[in-house]
Amino acid sequence: MIDRDTICALSTPAGSGAIGVIRLSGPEAIKIAQAVFDGKALSNQKGQSLHFGKIKADEKVVDEVMLSLFKAPHSYTGEDVVEVSCHGSAFILSEVMKLFTEEGARIANPGEYTMRAFRNGKMDLAQAEAVADLIASESKAAHQLAMNQMRGGFSKKIQELREELIHFTSMIELELDFAEEDVEFADRDDLKELVDRILLILSKLIDSFATGNVMKNGIPVAIVGQPNVGKSTLLNALLNEEKAIVSEIAGTTRDSIEDEVKIGGISFRFIDTAGIRETDDLVENIGIKRTFEMVDKAMIVLYLVDAIQADAAQIKEMIQEIEAKIEGQDKQLIVLANKVDQGNFDLAHIPLEIKKKFPEGKTPIFLSALKKYHLDELTAILEKIAKETLSSANQVTVSNARHHQALKKAQESLLRVREGLDQNITGDFLAMDIRQSLHFLGEITGTIEIDRDILGHIFSSFCIGK
Amino acid sequence: MLKEYDVIVVGGGHAGCEATAAAANSGSKVLLITMNMGTIAQMSCNPAMGGVAKGQIVREIDAMGGYSGIISDKTAIQFRMLNMSKGPAMWSPRVQSDRWLFAQEWRLMLEKTPNVDFWQDTVMGLKLESNKVVGVKTALGLEIEAKSVVLTNGTFLNGLIHIGDKNFGGGRAGERNSTGITEELIQLGFDHGRMKTGTPPRVDARSLDFTRMEEQKGDEYPSKFSFTDTKPLSQQRSCHITYTNESVHDILREGLDRSPMFSGSIEGTGPRYCPSIEEKIERFAERNRHQIFVEPEGWNTVEIYVNGFSTSLPMDVQLKAIKQIKGFENVKLFRPGYAIEYDYFPPTQLKHTLETKLVENLYFAGQINGTTGYEEAGCQGLMAGLNASLKTQQKDELILARNEAYIGVLIDDLITKGTKEPYRMFTSRAEYRILLRQDNADIRLTPISHKIGLASDERLRAVEAKERQTKEILDLLGSHSIEPDVANPYLEDVGTSPLKQKVKLSSIISRPQVSISSLNNHVNTEQIGLNNYDPECLEQAEISIKYDGYIKREREMADKMQRLEDITLKHDFDYSALSSISSEAREKLSEIKPKTIGQASRISGVSPSDISVLLIHFGR
Repeated sequence: MIDRDTICALSTPAGSGAIGVIRLSGPEAIKIAQAVFDGKALSNQKGQSLHFGKIKADEKVVDEVMLSLFKAPHSYTGEDVVEVSCHGSAFILSEVMKLFTEEGARIANPGEYTMRAFRNGKMDLAQAEAVADLIASESKAAHQLAMNQMRGGFSKKIQELREELIHFTSMIELELDFAEEDVEFADRDDLKELVDRILLILSKLIDSFATGNVMKNGIPVAIVGQPNVGKSTLLNALLNEEKAIVSEIAGTTRDSIEDEVKIGGISFRFIDTAGIRETDDLVENIGIKRTFEMVDKAMIVLYLVDAIQADAAQIKEMIQEIEAKIEGQDKQLIVLANKVDQGNFDLAHIPLEIKKKFPEGKTPIFLSALKKYHLDELTAILEKIAKETLSSANQVTVSNARHHQALKKAQESLLRVREGLDQNITGDFLAMDIRQSLHFLGEITGTIEIDRDILGHIFSSFCIGK
Repeated sequence: MLKEYDVIVVGGGHAGCEATAAAANSGSKVLLITMNMGTIAQMSCNPAMGGVAKGQIVREIDAMGGYSGIISDKTAIQFRMLNMSKGPAMWSPRVQSDRWLFAQEWRLMLEKTPNVDFWQDTVMGLKLESNKVVGVKTALGLEIEAKSVVLTNGTFLNGLIHIGDKNFGGGRAGERNSTGITEELIQLGFDHGRMKTGTPPRVDARSLDFTRMEEQKGDEYPSKFSFTDTKPLSQQRSCHITYTNESVHDILREGLDRSPMFSGSIEGTGPRYCPSIEEKIERFAERNRHQIFVEPEGWNTVEIYVNGFSTSLPMDVQLKAIKQIKGFENVKLFRPGYAIEYDYFPPTQLKHTLETKLVENLYFAGQINGTTGYEEAGCQGLMAGLNASLKTQQKDELILARNEAYIGVLIDDLITKGTKEPYRMFTSRAEYRILLRQDNADIRLTPISHKIGLASDERLRAVEAKERQTKEILDLLGSHSIEPDVANPYLEDVGTSPLKQKVKLSSIISRPQVSISSLNNHVNTEQIGLNNYDPECLEQAEISIKYDGYIKREREMADKMQRLEDITLKHDFDYSALSSISSEAREKLSEIKPKTIGQASRISGVSPSDISVLLIHFGR
């Protein structure tokens, strides 16, 4: 906490903005930034200067950025500070954060910048209490968030595994501290098995938490509907649209994949594009089962109907079925009435008999995929939904990064335990690494103190003492 | 009648004796007041010193210039280095002692120490001037003046002995207790509590059948505690091991209704890790036997200490049950086991120097602080006596850090966390266990102690020589290579992979299976001159090669935490004004008044975010 290391964090509000600023502070700030920055040699530059360049990972451009350089003591924290203004994509921001941590930066604790600023004399004591309050509330919120995001029983699972590990540590401590007594020894094979189990879970967690699948792979979108309603055309229209919209950098770091569309810097991934093309081309009936499989995988469901041909009862039934399917999940249904260009009416005035085909409250977007009419309405809605989704996901990214670090460190020390077990090292050295991993697992579950746990466990479980 | 002293030590047990020696040897005039000059340095419980974690403490006391190590060496009847199958941080020296020689040797060493006076009397109260102690008042009506007072009352404060349904006042079997001090301290505003400990029966060796027990011999090559030139044992006595059984347990169970533990007549808290035999059979009912160590009390005596059979059951139950133990069929009791309750003062009322927060120049050490064990008492006595002495000479206090010594861990635990049961040291209490080894206690502590004037020049020179030699050995091993054809037969012998090309000696010594001594036996290393070195230095070099990675990592962690220890907190800071920390943290911080941010972070109930807040107020 009073470490003199270099810290980094996202310092613009969570949620997608046009730009996102990541701030590095500490003695290594310039060195760390330089390691991934393709541009001027920063150490030769004056403080309080701006520099343009590229952030690169393995020769691949992650983003083009503006970098503000502040040299100690003339910065917010009083240390060397580098602020990197990236494009506001959650994916880019988390990639840049990841690069910085790989270069040795630590994710800042809640309020840590302010604390450093204070400690370096950048604030007066009157402000201290306010800062303290901020830290207290931020810590609490961060922890709550961390716990909330551990869905799927992971947090409970880690807690359980940690307890098992404590049990084992106490067995090892028992053989260390009570060697003279009639005690059983900790079974090394059981310990190996436990360590492997924890390692497996940790690596799963690390994978899933590293950047967040949504940001990594794009928001999954399903286009469902009867054959021949224009699903394939819509897909192509969106894909083409994208190429027009997307500038060289926006969006950016990833090779464009066939089924991926970037709107406002956010990726959307269309599910089963091959299937969509195939069924539309062959006029094959896409079964309800396949439709629901797609709905399952999607975060956004586009239900596409032929505005002219469709039948009200069928639309109603389908909407009900999809809604039943997605009820209680974090998914959105958008109804699209396609082919409005094929009717004999003015596109600005959709006739009532067509509007009436749709149930109340389910007014569709009337569009023509072929003529690209009202496609912008669709992309605007997609973007809006995505930003809402990502704004919560983005907060997760920040606390996630801290989390990710704890998970990685727990994994590192457990790998050492595993190695030690293979080499048959003695319990005192095993215990050293187990304690470290307990410490980091505790950072995730919010329970740090272990000594009391261990001794308490020994005294309650084993008959010891002469 | 008596002159004015710098330091008065009240009590002549392990804490009192070390306090007396440390105060006198650091240049103070000391008076040791004991209720009985005949029972100085009594081993009230088992006749043994050291053991896991405790052995490390004795080595540390010795490295600081205390006497416990020297006396243990001189009076040992058996030596064992425990935990040799584990890493070097776990190696723990332990001796069986001759109980009478031990006490006698302590008294003689104190008599030979300049500046130590003795007085047999009972201290009934303190002489105070405002919130400063300036002397003591005794049962014989004396008022003796001193600049500071160290209380080491052991189990004597309102001591209450229990045997079955009988109980009576006493400080130890056959000795009076001491009253008055507790009452005065309570009046001064001290919190107090009751603790309980117990001891097993002593029996007649002539009535035991040792052929029915397992023999436990001392080490073939005994080592020793002291870093000075004491001699390792040339002959040793054996202990024996036997076990209780179901019929022993049945008899014990029948007597439980007359046990003071279960009838509720004992209110004090006993140690969970040192339970009486009746507690063991109650709490671990599934175990059908418990280990019993049959320990001789000296070279010549027939008295035996029945380790593992601590009890406060009625005498008739004790005798009936113990007779069922294998080898004990015809046993004759010398003294029954008993439990004793006594007053202690929660140690969170102390500073790290062991001076009380409430009364200036008053120090506490040993069981009065809620600890148990000779070694735990001895090291507190040393630190209290030393700090009392330093303060009277207006010198800086000495506090050992958690990464410097078990002594530091022990005192910091007491002061920061307090204790609800008798506190015993375990290696697991030390977060930097790998650094706090018995083999390097002198390297860690002698220079510190020498600097403040306690450890002698001679001790310092010995440490310097040890470090110099170790470095020379490391240089030799790092500069000499060994050819595959020379090393391989040996390497295969000890079960490790052969060399393909020549390597530095240090690189094969880093293998777990290889040791310098066995390498020396198998490979002619004479020409590089290793044989000229002291085995202790060879061991030092070997440990630093083999465990280099672990030691470095532990050192790094310790250094990282040290930064929190370097930020001091104001003693009179008003924590209740900090609205942004939790109410539990506010309460604990106000009570304990930690000295540093590091200490604050160890208080249970103080969270990392509370620490951030403290950093804001104090970190600049």
